Amino acid sequence: MLAGVVQILIVLILMTGLAALVGGYLARVFTLPGHWALERLTYRLLGIDPVEKMSWQRYASALVLTNLLMMLLGYLLLRLQGWLPLNPGHLPPQSPDLAFNTAASFVTNTNWQSYAGETSLSNFSQMAVITFLMFVSAATGLAAGGAFIRALSRAGFAAIGNFWVDLTRVTYRVLLPLSFVLAVVYVQQGVPQTLSAGVLATTLEGAPQQIVLGPVASLESIKHIGTNGGGFFNTNAAHPYENPTPLTNALHILAMLLIPSALTYTFGSMLVRRRQGWLFFGTFLVLFVGFLALVYTAEQRGNPLLSKVGADQSLTAGQSGGNLEGKELRFGIAQTSLFITTTTAATTGSVNAMHDSLTPLGGLVPLAQMMLNVVFGGEGVGFINLVQYVILAVFIIGLMVGRTPEFLGKKLEAKEVSLTTLALLAHPASILGFTALALVWPGALSSLGNPGAHGFSEVLYAYTSGTANNGSAFAGLNANTPFYNTTLGLAMLFGRFLTLLPMLAVAGSLAAKRSLPQTAGSFSTETGLFGGVLVLVILIVGGLTFFPALALGPIVEHLQMLAGKTF
Amino acid sequence: MSTLLPKSQRPRNLERSRGLFDPELSRQALKEAFRKLNPRLMAKNPVMFVVEVGTVVVLYLTVRSALTQPSQFAYGAAIFVLLLLTLLFANFAEALAEARGRAQAQSLRAARADLKALRLTEDGVEEVSSTVLRRGDRVRVGEGQFIPADGEVIEGLAIVDESAITGESAPVVREAGSDFNGITAGTRVLTGQIVLEVTSNPGESFLDRMIGLVEGAARQKTPNEIALTVLLAALTAIFLIVTITLLPFSLYAGQGISLTTLVALLVCLIPTTIGGLLSAIGIAGMDRALRANVIAKSGRAVEVAGDIDTLLLDKTGTITLGDRQATEFIPVQGVGRERLAWAALAASLHDTTPEGKSIVRLAREQGAQLEEASLAGSKGLEFTAQTRMSGTDLPGGIRLRKGASDRIAELARQAGNPVPPDLTLRVEEVARRGATPLVVAENERVLGVVALSDIVKSGIRERFAQLRRMGLRTVMITGDNPLTAQAIAKEAGVDDYIAEAKPEDKLRLIHEEQTKGHLVAMMGDGTNDAPALAQADVGLAMNSGTQAAKEAANMIDLDSDPTKLLEVVEIGKQLLITRGALTTFSVANDVAKFFAILPAIFVGAYPELQALNIMRLATPQSAILSAVIFNALIIPLLIPLALRGVSYRPIGADALLWRNLLIYGLGGVVVPFIGIKLIDLILVGISRL
Repeated sequence: MLAGVVQILIVLILMTGLAALVGGYLARVFTLPGHWALERLTYRLLGIDPVEKMSWQRYASALVLTNLLMMLLGYLLLRLQGWLPLNPGHLPPQSPDLAFNTAASFVTNTNWQSYAGETSLSNFSQMAVITFLMFVSAATGLAAGGAFIRALSRAGFAAIGNFWVDLTRVTYRVLLPLSFVLAVVYVQQGVPQTLSAGVLATTLEGAPQQIVLGPVASLESIKHIGTNGGGFFNTNAAHPYENPTPLTNALHILAMLLIPSALTYTFGSMLVRRRQGWLFFGTFLVLFVGFLALVYTAEQRGNPLLSKVGADQSLTAGQSGGNLEGKELRFGIAQTSLFITTTTAATTGSVNAMHDSLTPLGGLVPLAQMMLNVVFGGEGVGFINLVQYVILAVFIIGLMVGRTPEFLGKKLEAKEVSLTTLALLAHPASILGFTALALVWPGALSSLGNPGAHGFSEVLYAYTSGTANNGSAFAGLNANTPFYNTTLGLAMLFGRFLTLLPMLAVAGSLAAKRSLPQTAGSFSTETGLFGGVLVLVILIVGGLTFFPALALGPIVEHLQMLAGKTF
Repeated sequence: MSTLLPKSQRPRNLERSRGLFDPELSRQALKEAFRKLNPRLMAKNPVMFVVEVGTVVVLYLTVRSALTQPSQFAYGAAIFVLLLLTLLFANFAEALAEARGRAQAQSLRAARADLKALRLTEDGVEEVSSTVLRRGDRVRVGEGQFIPADGEVIEGLAIVDESAITGESAPVVREAGSDFNGITAGTRVLTGQIVLEVTSNPGESFLDRMIGLVEGAARQKTPNEIALTVLLAALTAIFLIVTITLLPFSLYAGQGISLTTLVALLVCLIPTTIGGLLSAIGIAGMDRALRANVIAKSGRAVEVAGDIDTLLLDKTGTITLGDRQATEFIPVQGVGRERLAWAALAASLHDTTPEGKSIVRLAREQGAQLEEASLAGSKGLEFTAQTRMSGTDLPGGIRLRKGASDRIAELARQAGNPVPPDLTLRVEEVARRGATPLVVAENERVLGVVALSDIVKSGIRERFAQLRRMGLRTVMITGDNPLTAQAIAKEAGVDDYIAEAKPEDKLRLIHEEQTKGHLVAMMGDGTNDAPALAQADVGLAMNSGTQAAKEAANMIDLDSDPTKLLEVVEIGKQLLITRGALTTFSVANDVAKFFAILPAIFVGAYPELQALNIMRLATPQSAILSAVIFNALIIPLLIPLALRGVSYRPIGADALLWRNLLIYGLGGVVVPFIGIKLIDLILVGISRL
């Protein structure tokens, strides 16, 4: 166990250092006035005015329109795949519902895959739709996050930045270089990067085996840096070509957390409130470590039913012990737990283990993190989600210390509260609403892989993953049906835009307000006390919202397991 | 005819004379509680509106079950009654707050009901009832008569007993043309005769407006109340989603939940405690202001008062006693102190200003005496703008003068007398201490300096220290020179001061502070304070002040007490804290309710969920009923808290948060576990009988 804890500690310490490093760099990306030559060329080619100052409305409409167009383009390319080049396998077009699901999934940075990549997408679709959208969806999220922070840093000034400039800069200055460097390291570690289709091997039994190769390293890097998650191989990051060494496993984890954690530092840097930035980082980290401890201990404890029939699941020098079903033995319980916590915290959705095979309480962790959606969170949007809860906490705290509530010295009034609660409401409405719909929709239950509480968890997990723009699957659920494709696609779009847009409006509204100075009577949001209250607010609001659903899924499963019930 | 209320019934003491649940007010409120069930009134409060809709649904289901499933009837009927009670309790809280506010205001108004008034007409005077007086009417009031309507003195001077309104027994002067020309109905002229101009039509006085603010129809929600209502509505929406989706979830689990139970769960989860008490809290805040003898012209003003971080205070009257007082005699070299004291006394014999009187008092205290003879034959010389000095000519040809140092020095020089070389030094010394130097001369020979000092009110330093702990900065405004201002600022302990300020400077200053992001409160009475009062975030006008000041301000202090701002700020903070505390309490309650109801409704489908029944409630039905009963009962139990307000202590924001989190957050989690368990035990006991 000690070795496991040390491994985890090393990764978390590295993450903290990288957050400060990259966070400072991001702050410069979002604030420096000059443009690179390549950027100027891009602006000229696309007819963009890089000095335009956008109000939040203009920023948001540019963002939505861009995303809409890209989604439409993606949808059309998938629908016309059969007639497009680079389709050596002569794969047919995707069905309308699947194409909608895929386009929605990749444009929202969810990367939920209702299809099997190798058998459904041509090389052209992989490049022009999937990889393209992986970059721009991450760039969109990060640009929005940057604009959001920039808006918070302003007072009495309604403009929040320029979407085109943010998008271009984030792509050229952040995502491309980082992905390139990471891809090179991956290649060094043995991740394939080739355009050849694969090699033919002869197994020990003498049977021929087709081993698929491809441009894996480049996909892996943006998949994690952009908190995307769709894998090259079906087994995702458990595959030895996607994740060949302990180092690549650690790099995957660090890459996923890199930008979401760095944005807290960027916030501290851009607002010159470094303490506040670290406090937000700390809030993320406390939640993260708490959930990690839960999944780690639950998995290490193993399944009591197996112990009863004589299986030794204890941790000894000779064996790792615990619940190893669905886990890659190369990584063991500690690295797997850390990966699971990371991928559902940072809403990446890549997996190095089968989440369906986790113990009930272990399986509760990915679900709960996606339901809260604020444990580091996705590219740019994670920070925005945190601010939702910050506003909620500040509102209640303000009242309790006898002040009309304010955040960053700005009064929170009905407008900000309505927009924030709208964003907060969209998340459970989508998750619980679609789950309920799936349970009563004729025929939808036939997709379930398991009966009872576990089957319920599968459906709940799918819509939670979609709404949180995570993309990981509990598996067990056959989601490639018109019903699931459509509703999951909608859940992803709701989850993305119904939280992003209201919060941009909040930021715009706050940017236009004047800032009040701190006095002895106002409450400082830079203290550990505030951090504690914030964590409580997140857990209580999230808990009250999702407790019934969790009780009927993982919690009842856990109780059934303790009671010795089997299926 | 005496409308002066006996002391025990004076407004200030209403709290004591009428308990929180005064039988008469409670009866009124109970009646109102039923009237407020009207859905159109309910719709203003989204949380309770959802409860009302739920109640109607349960009623329908229960009536239907009477025909189809008689076994379910009793349960349905019980839930229906409990939900109805929840609604009535919430309505009762609001109605009680309204009734108390109304009673409070009316007891103020009682003092002015139906008085006789002498209205001036073109051909003389007519006697009319005060209720017909309209704005602009002129009324004459003589000695011993009551003031029939709020107004401004436009002729004459009177000494007025305001004790019926303010509870303050010392009479006050009200004079035409001064800044103290405001006069309130129900007060009584002790001496003098005045003509006043009525400033409001019947039913439109500030008091009438305030009554409107506490009554349902005219009441407008304040900005923070709106924001909180939005938040509560959003929480309600979340729990609506949670409960509605539970139906398909339960169907999947194999055991559908009855709609009645779902409604019960919904009502338990949505924040009914704060939703039911929210408007009562707001009204009670206004009521508390009124109890402090402050008439607020809007609910917003009370709310903003809690946010004030800068107080602008006039030096005179607020920080110092109204007038300068002689505190010391400082003779120049070669002159005895006794001689100077005597000369100062003689020079001030005919000086009727408070300053002059204080010189006489100080001189007498120090043993100076004047023979009766010289007193009788003396002649006073009044201060004029030309002479810039005053004094007395005694019968023996002795000329005594006092005035500003440059004027007296000039006088001495003109008479050929040397100006003592240490005079300048003495004068500067006095000025540096924050006092005003007055130089005294006898027969054009300079004797020394009288120091006139501002006397800082006792206890004011402690009040400012308290304000600082509340996070408020105090800025003193004075027309004094910077040296004097600094000395007084230091003595009184204000944070900042503006010296040599003209009345117009207040407006500019408030503007400046507001641009820096501060929320500013000020108190004023004069007409030239009006623009500043209007600009300030909280402008508190003294009731004794001019009509212009009262119109411009958003609060009026009936006691005309300059330190009242402190209480107003506290009332504002208390209002917000009460809202926050009850919201926290309400939401924290949900934890226990989940543990009561969830196992109860799913135990049929998943017997293992019994493990979540940590309160070990007897049966699913008793668990649900206990939760709903607790949810309903907590509202009346918290009415006293809502009406009195959570106590506020200036202990700093962090300490305050800790305190309130422990009491209302942790308490909100723990209390319902105990309460629901107790109710369950009682229900089980009853069912055994």
